[in-house]
Amino acid sequence: MQTNDLGVYVHWPFCLAKCPYCDFNSHVRDAIDQDRWHRAYLTEIRASADRAAHLGDATSVFFGGGTPSLMDPELVAGILDALAGTIGIAAHAEITMEANPTSVEAAIFKAYKVAGVNRMSLGIQALDDGALKFLGREHSVASALDALAMAQSTFDRVSFDLIYGRLGQTVDQWTEELSRALGFGTGHLSLYQLTIEAGTKFGETYAGAAPAGKDPKSGFSLVDDDIGADLFEITQTLCDDAGLGAYEISNHARPGQECAHNMVYWRSGDWLGIGPGAHGRLTTPAGRLATTQHRSPDAWLNAVESGGTGALSETPLDGAARLEESVLMAMRLTEGLSETRFTHQTGRSFENAFGGVLPDLIGDGFVEMADGALRTTAKGRLVLNQIVTRLIGAS
Amino acid sequence: MGAVKPSNIRNFAIIAHIDHGKSTLADRLIEACEGLESRDMQEQVLDSMDIERERGITIKAQTVRLEYTAQDGEHYVLNLMDTPGHVDFSYEVSRSLAACEGSILLVDASQGVEAQTLANAYLAVEADHEIIVVLNKTDLASAEPERVKQQITDVIGLDASDAIPISAKTGVGVPELLEALVKRISPPVGDKAAPLSALLVDSWYDAYLGVVILVRVRDGVLTKGMKVRMMAAGTAHTVEQVGTFQPKPEPGKQLGPGEIGYFTSGIKEVAQTSVGDTITSDRKPTDAPLPGFKPSVPVVFCGLFPVDAGDYPRLRESLTRLKLNDSSFHFEAESSAALGFGFRCGFLGLLHLEIVQERLSREFDLDLIATAPSVVYRIHLTNGKVTELHNPVDMPDPVHIDHLEEPWISATILVPEEYLGSVLKLCEDRRGEQVSLGYAGNRAVVTYRLPLNEVVFDFYDRLKSGTSGYASFDYEVEGYREGDLVRMTIMVNGDPVDALSMVVYRASAESRGRALCERLKELIPRQMFQIAIQAALGGRIIARETVRAMRKDVTAKCYGGDVSRKRKLLDKQKKGKKRMRTFGKVEIPQEAFIAALKMDGD
Repeated sequence: MQTNDLGVYVHWPFCLAKCPYCDFNSHVRDAIDQDRWHRAYLTEIRASADRAAHLGDATSVFFGGGTPSLMDPELVAGILDALAGTIGIAAHAEITMEANPTSVEAAIFKAYKVAGVNRMSLGIQALDDGALKFLGREHSVASALDALAMAQSTFDRVSFDLIYGRLGQTVDQWTEELSRALGFGTGHLSLYQLTIEAGTKFGETYAGAAPAGKDPKSGFSLVDDDIGADLFEITQTLCDDAGLGAYEISNHARPGQECAHNMVYWRSGDWLGIGPGAHGRLTTPAGRLATTQHRSPDAWLNAVESGGTGALSETPLDGAARLEESVLMAMRLTEGLSETRFTHQTGRSFENAFGGVLPDLIGDGFVEMADGALRTTAKGRLVLNQIVTRLIGAS
Repeated sequence: MGAVKPSNIRNFAIIAHIDHGKSTLADRLIEACEGLESRDMQEQVLDSMDIERERGITIKAQTVRLEYTAQDGEHYVLNLMDTPGHVDFSYEVSRSLAACEGSILLVDASQGVEAQTLANAYLAVEADHEIIVVLNKTDLASAEPERVKQQITDVIGLDASDAIPISAKTGVGVPELLEALVKRISPPVGDKAAPLSALLVDSWYDAYLGVVILVRVRDGVLTKGMKVRMMAAGTAHTVEQVGTFQPKPEPGKQLGPGEIGYFTSGIKEVAQTSVGDTITSDRKPTDAPLPGFKPSVPVVFCGLFPVDAGDYPRLRESLTRLKLNDSSFHFEAESSAALGFGFRCGFLGLLHLEIVQERLSREFDLDLIATAPSVVYRIHLTNGKVTELHNPVDMPDPVHIDHLEEPWISATILVPEEYLGSVLKLCEDRRGEQVSLGYAGNRAVVTYRLPLNEVVFDFYDRLKSGTSGYASFDYEVEGYREGDLVRMTIMVNGDPVDALSMVVYRASAESRGRALCERLKELIPRQMFQIAIQAALGGRIIARETVRAMRKDVTAKCYGGDVSRKRKLLDKQKKGKKRMRTFGKVEIPQEAFIAALKMDGD
């Protein structure tokens, strides 16, 4: 079964301030010439459309960043028009924008809706002003809740992010915070355990705190694994009770509210990456390609203006790489890794790829086969990295 | 160069404790006799291996022929044998001594008598040597020549009244020492007309010359082109090159009675020569071979495994090359479930082990894991047979064992009085039996009998740390004694981990087992399963620790832009897996073995 979805990811690389936990491609600038960027995005879209001509209309567009809600609504509209006029945008396509929950941004939500955005994802991160300060956020809980109310009255589909497992956070505190969050009636929540990434301010501050035997560069959490596991488990319970079961490790939704765009990633579908540092995956007659664009905003801008595209590399993915990505991504999903899709993507059966480890993993209750898919159990989800390593190691 | 009159030859060795300045003195003697142009002179000329020069120790015996014109106007040939100071190489010391008539006993005038001074002095006395006591470093402010002389008399029992004060560093006293060598050491005695009889002192492989054989001629003459017979080996060879070390090899025509030199004869492997053999003329052999030596026997064994299994062939090749020049080193292939393919290696002692390991990593660039050193046990089986056990893994089922014997050593430790308490405690903790306790000035001289297996297990480190490095230690193997010994096995989730098996004294098994389990608990990372770590004697569990199952290992965020990076991370993990060993479902990082094997006893 080939997924016929095509996602388009548009990266806006600027923020008003850099958050200490964020290792995304984001930059802080005094002034941005939005007209110049507008022209560059349109140029890049034309170049990308040629590469994706055989893939049909886009079924989702995702404006990520950075802080895409710093884009002028006209720029958003211009990009969507350009996409519609080249690649094509399907009738019921999901058009998501990430936004900071400040009053300034909330004021223009309607303008984004007019531009074509139909799903808003807010980076609320915490419902505690102290925690927001710790996380380096520029908004308060009050302004976040105002923005959430504004978003929910403007858009049918809204999601917000929270970060838990913060320094010293207890199960009781998190239970209270998450219960409050679930009370807003939002249809989708992304709940991330805080991870310290190398190259971030937190990475520098907390690198020394990496537990023995763990490489600080590989990322570790601020709470120990036992508390981390307790927090994860209570998260599942509270969300299930509220009718927002997990459909991915950190993503919860009411049925039907799942993020279609992110599902493309997790099912190893095709997506175009547009903008600085954007990654893409494309199935072409010559095989599956991993694409990257120039990462630094200036390099990308120069490349687009001088060469018509910000493309940096196009790497064919061999069978082993396709298998790794397929497992790595799909095992994150509650629906799991569909054997049909796996076979289509890698040319191998589960028995052939994982025969050596599957009986033990199933026998020990970490994974199960159901509805033609291999998926983690509740117990297995907590140690997913181990399971993925074993599955890929066996292949 | 013709044969020299024996009456004008002096053959002598320098014996000393490590760091007392032996190699520096050799340098001064060579300089004084103009044995080397000054541009060829480098520090510690005779220590040809880098490792010898760096660590200030001599591993192989070295020899140099010096030309000296004495105050009496006569021209003398002085043959200097530089000997290894360390106990592990006492075998090489004794065969060097057998080639000489006298010794310089070199003692640091500040430090005084140390354990190896004592051990080596006794070897010289046994060899019937005239001993010239030399006090070194007398130029230092801390030198106490009178106290040290008294100590030499008290502790070793040698008359030190005519000891020669020198400074090997500045050369002060070296002319007096050269005169004393001529006057006090007896010339060799030998009959030039008798059939050739020469002692094979040492042999080594040289890339240009093949096997070089160091000999001391007793009677007769060894000449180029003659056919010689090795009496013990029963082989005959034609002498291709004959010469002396000055200190570079200088080919000549012959070696006469009393001379020390080398010859080559196209021999390809050191193993074809046996140290201590008598070399004679093939045509006119002597009927009385010289007294030989007992072959050196490895007393300490350990497994050496490449960290990267792909290095196994290179390790084998490297060991083979090391063995070319070190006949005392033994190895045979071994395989371990924990560590893969490697070699069981036998050494003369712990320093020897350390040196071989260091040479493997330095000269051959090999990354190695060494298992815990063990000694050679004698197993008396119930069927009356006696076997030797080199590897705890090979221990037979206890029901077939009547009793076990282990090697005991006689250890001499010299230590400043204030540290005596910690030394006595260490020896008592290690099942030691005190033989004697005396004093030499403010230093205590303690003799203990100790089981060697207690010494190979971090005894040196303990001794050093307990005495701030001031204790000196020497030992010799005395013999075997019955011991209440058991094999302790470590099991991970019920599977025995062979690399961690060890033979231990029954009474200390429990504490050792507990310590090892606790250590492993820290070293084995949490996994998807609970892991039981157990120490067992036969079927009886004596210690147990549990590594709880990992509760959480899941990446919080993974979107389209992350997948390439996560895949790279996986590749890195896969490489890391090569260093993991699997026991059942449990993966143990190799580092855990290394750290566990390094742990101390209590």
